[in-house]
Amino acid sequence: MQSFTYEKAGSVEKAAGSSGKFIAGGTTLVDLMKMGVEAPTALVDISGLPLGQIETLPNGGLMIGAMVRNSDVANHATVAAHYAVLSEALLSGASPQLRNMATTGGNLLQRTRCPYFRDPSAGGCNKRMPGSGCSAIEGHHRMMAVLGTSDKCIATHPSDMCVALTALEAVIHIQGTGSNGNGGKRTVAIGDFYKLPGDTPHVENSLEPGELITHVELPPPAKGGKQVYVKLRDRASYEFALSSAAVVAVVEGGHIKSIRVAMGGVGTRPWRSHEAEAALVGKAANAVTFRAAAEAALKGAKPLPENGFKVELAKRCVARALKMATA
Amino acid sequence: MAMGMDAAGGLGKDIIGAAVSRIDGPLKTTGTAHYTADFHFASMAHAVPVQSTIASGRIKRIDLSVAEKMPGVLLVLHYGNMDRLYRVVPNDFSATTSEARPPFEDERIYHWGQFVALVVGETLEQATAAARAVTVEYETKAASLKPSLSDYQGKRKSVSKRGEVDKAFSNAAVKIDQNYITPVETHNPIEMHATVAQWEGDKVTLYETSQGVWNHRLAMAQVLGLPRENVQVITKFLGSGFGGKLFPWPHSALAAVAARRIQRPVKLSLSRKMMFTNVGHRPRCEQQIKIGATAEGKLVALRQDYLNHTSFIDDIDEGCGEATPYLYSVPNLEVTSALVQRNTGTPSPMRGPGAVPGLFAMESAMDELAIALKIDPVELRLRNEPVKDEGTGQEFSSRHLKECLETGKQKFGWEKRTAAVGSMRRDGKILGWGMAAASWGAYRFGASATVELCADGRVCVRSATQDVGTGTYTVLAQVMHEKTGVPFDRIDVIIGDTNLPEGAMSGGSWATASALPAISGAAANAIKTLMQMAVSTSGSAFLDKDPATLELSQGRVHVSGQSPSTGIPFEDVVKLARLSGITGEGKTIPTSDDPKAKDLSLHSYAAQFVEVEWEPEIARLRVSRVVTVVDVGRIINLKAATNQILGAVVMGIGMGLLEQTNYEQRTGQPINGNMADYLMATCADSPRIDVTFLNHPDLALNEYGARGVGEIGLAGVAPAITAAVYHATGVRVRQIPVRIEDLLKSDVREA
Ligand SMILES: Cc1cc2nc3c(=O)[nH]c(=O)nc-3n(C[C@H](O)[C@H](O)[C@H](O)COP(=O)(O)OP(=O)(O)OC[C@H]3O[C@@H](n4cnc5c(N)ncnc54)[C@H](O)[C@@H]3O)c2cc1C
Ligand code: SF4
Repeated sequence: MQSFTYEKAGSVEKAAGSSGKFIAGGTTLVDLMKMGVEAPTALVDISGLPLGQIETLPNGGLMIGAMVRNSDVANHATVAAHYAVLSEALLSGASPQLRNMATTGGNLLQRTRCPYFRDPSAGGCNKRMPGSGCSAIEGHHRMMAVLGTSDKCIATHPSDMCVALTALEAVIHIQGTGSNGNGGKRTVAIGDFYKLPGDTPHVENSLEPGELITHVELPPPAKGGKQVYVKLRDRASYEFALSSAAVVAVVEGGHIKSIRVAMGGVGTRPWRSHEAEAALVGKAANAVTFRAAAEAALKGAKPLPENGFKVELAKRCVARALKMATA
Repeated sequence: MAMGMDAAGGLGKDIIGAAVSRIDGPLKTTGTAHYTADFHFASMAHAVPVQSTIASGRIKRIDLSVAEKMPGVLLVLHYGNMDRLYRVVPNDFSATTSEARPPFEDERIYHWGQFVALVVGETLEQATAAARAVTVEYETKAASLKPSLSDYQGKRKSVSKRGEVDKAFSNAAVKIDQNYITPVETHNPIEMHATVAQWEGDKVTLYETSQGVWNHRLAMAQVLGLPRENVQVITKFLGSGFGGKLFPWPHSALAAVAARRIQRPVKLSLSRKMMFTNVGHRPRCEQQIKIGATAEGKLVALRQDYLNHTSFIDDIDEGCGEATPYLYSVPNLEVTSALVQRNTGTPSPMRGPGAVPGLFAMESAMDELAIALKIDPVELRLRNEPVKDEGTGQEFSSRHLKECLETGKQKFGWEKRTAAVGSMRRDGKILGWGMAAASWGAYRFGASATVELCADGRVCVRSATQDVGTGTYTVLAQVMHEKTGVPFDRIDVIIGDTNLPEGAMSGGSWATASALPAISGAAANAIKTLMQMAVSTSGSAFLDKDPATLELSQGRVHVSGQSPSTGIPFEDVVKLARLSGITGEGKTIPTSDDPKAKDLSLHSYAAQFVEVEWEPEIARLRVSRVVTVVDVGRIINLKAATNQILGAVVMGIGMGLLEQTNYEQRTGQPINGNMADYLMATCADSPRIDVTFLNHPDLALNEYGARGVGEIGLAGVAPAITAAVYHATGVRVRQIPVRIEDLLKSDVREA
């Protein structure tokens, strides 16, 4: 392991602009450092920053501090009652021990589980070392994405939480260095936060160097809405999604009034499916509609030999989540 | 080890068969048990291996210029500067290593991850950093990595043969002819392999993660070229092994050499990643099974042709035909085997080697045959029950497979099963019910032990066996309690050290069966001497009595038939005779030398019944219930035995549905070589498991009639799962693990 310095961040403002790497729960970062994938020369520990609260906003929404642990978000009374999809998504991920360490900010920035990315001895990887090729395309790619891939990278964004946040249209609050006239503060809608791999799979999101995520804001929950998270995987626990779906639905008189659909385990970023939503709004909530929406969601899928099954699996996953959210 | 007091400590003779909590439990749950990697010594250094990044070829050059100058680096070993090491005699079971080739023997590379250098540093971190800075230049040869073995054209060895199988098969009324594939599986005990080596002059002590300290000592003496008395091997606790820790692997010799070179203790602990490359695995097996039967379901022909992969260094035959010749009655049979070399590490036994993959194939074929015949699968097995072992012609020592099947059938509620695919439902889910029969060999190997009745009132049993985590400490304590009546807190079980009398290896489910005669005999001999002293020491209350009229119970010597309270504590006899202790010795003769056992067919049996729940809407399949009925002779410790079966069944769920090591085809690296990507069953995957022991003593093994419980619980689980999967989904999976990809082919839909 490469030597590095370690300091505790003094304040949000001072932390922003730091040239070091932020460490929150460390459950992604420390692993990657041990494996030689990340080699920061300086660590800035943000766990002491006052970002550990969940607050209700005047508009009825929720402001979740970046340092709030995944288990605390999942078990928060308001989250469990009004943002069930988030609570369910978090509880379906990792293990209790990991969730007790993992933070909201860290979860947003967790890295892919592609084995070629995570092990420098496993061959080329454009995400780990730009220009070194993508070993997964011709190698083992059962877990990889079928949506949003490029010929440079097919890795999934592995988070469950972010799929729920996508369906909830969360907004990410960021603290930068202050040159933007707003004290360095800015916000990005989660739908605009993650980038497709394209030719630059190492650029995963729109965070600038030194920028600190401070909060995640949840808009007020839809009135009369129902929220569901469905996660499909090989074993019953402690595995990333092969396919997951987060649905927030409002049904009136048997017809779908409004709907948001996001998918995990199949996309190179937390995957919002406007196609599925378009196929659902105004329609009768029944199996035929659900299947049609699921087909629409996977229309652009580009499967490879090992992950072709994910296309059908994701369809069933979306259809099941729709059925549950509209029941 | 001193024992914590246990309620069971007062059970007397009833302790045999009781559900006794393990005496080492408190040490483990409080983190005070010293596992091998927990040993620390003053001035100890840390060794970290460098692994090959190619699968085949040779090392051209090793560049140490950076590594050697890094902070804390004490030594870098590689083939160019390695001490002379020796091989052991091949296939000589008196001293076995896992790999024939000692580490760094030459510059050749046989598999990805092979150790090519060893960096020794002051700290683990320094050694790790320097190991990463070692650069190796290779000359790469095309590697043989293809998982499929099916293009093998070479010779086959006939393993078992009777009658005219091909003729009988072609004339059979009903036939099954299918290929079955089991994948590479990695043992993954929770405790990783480790060696701590410490020299004193020309004597070395190896703290090891070993399932067989005695063999480890003999093997390492040969490898290091030392007299055996100069090698001491110690394994106090094991975090399991599953067969991967039976014989020494190269890291043991590397640690020993490194410690000798720097004249300091050295610890070498493997990483989880290395667990996938350097310490064995269950090899991939491909088996063609042909079964022919009459229309009434009587087997007439059974052929099993299996292939398993092996490394380029060692010929390891998985032995898939283990159970085939004797499980059923069939007049015409042949089993053949062949090995196919691949650029992987050397395979090694893994829980139920041979029989477990072999039974996956044979029991799957039996299920297919039952369907073809429209006969209930339990009934098909019952119709083919043999009266003797048709493979060897021997009588069975004790075989109760029929009772396993019938008991399991009843406990599971099998009669409610409807045979049609997808025909059973519950709570909106489709149910699949499947079953399989299973067996595993029973063995008893040579062992010796001493039992000492000490003047301080303690009873010490000594034998160089070890506790893999299965409960050997406790079983030995139980026998001591049964023989002496002394409570657990005054019984010391001293094992896991080659300074003790030669003990049995913990493998093949034979540790208990092998240890029992030796320790029981040692106790009997010690007690005999005790009684002699009681009747011959002046001042004794029993002076001049016939020793045969005396008895030892509740720790007291007394006249047989009278209450122990009328006698005196045994230690008073010892003290009166001015002895520090009275020691008896005992020996186990192996079954192969025992006239009462060597001509018998010795096996354990089981029946596995599995229920799966299938939700086609989301392609989700989970095992929801298992009933397992086991015939392993008499149970010594009901709790430990049940734990073994529960764990094995969960492992079987992993085998059926999850586990598989995948090698990257371009490099030969196991691409899922970590605990997140190599899927094993979690607690959430573990259903209700109902374990029944028939408890019929098999006296051919020992006075208690105990065989062994370590492996049988895994045998038959995977084929019972795939049978249940077929019953629920209509998909017959002949290559495990069953994956969602397979299940998506099902056209069974929700009601
Ligand atoms: C074995 C295992 C299984 C897992 N299974 C799942 C699963 O099933 N589903 C799932 O969704 N996740 C899973 N995870 C991932 C887990 O959710 C993430 O590791 C965790 O959320 C990361 O949070 P952290 O606080 O530990 O991040 P850290 O490791 O501390 O940080 C991660 C990254 O985010 C950056 N960072 C952290 N906080 C901030 C901030 N406020 N501003 C800017 N940058 C920041 C860090 O610099 C680093 O680059 C698993 C992880 C492991 C190890
Ligand atoms: S899929 Fe992406 S992360 Fe994986 S090897 Fe290819 S470039 Fe690297």
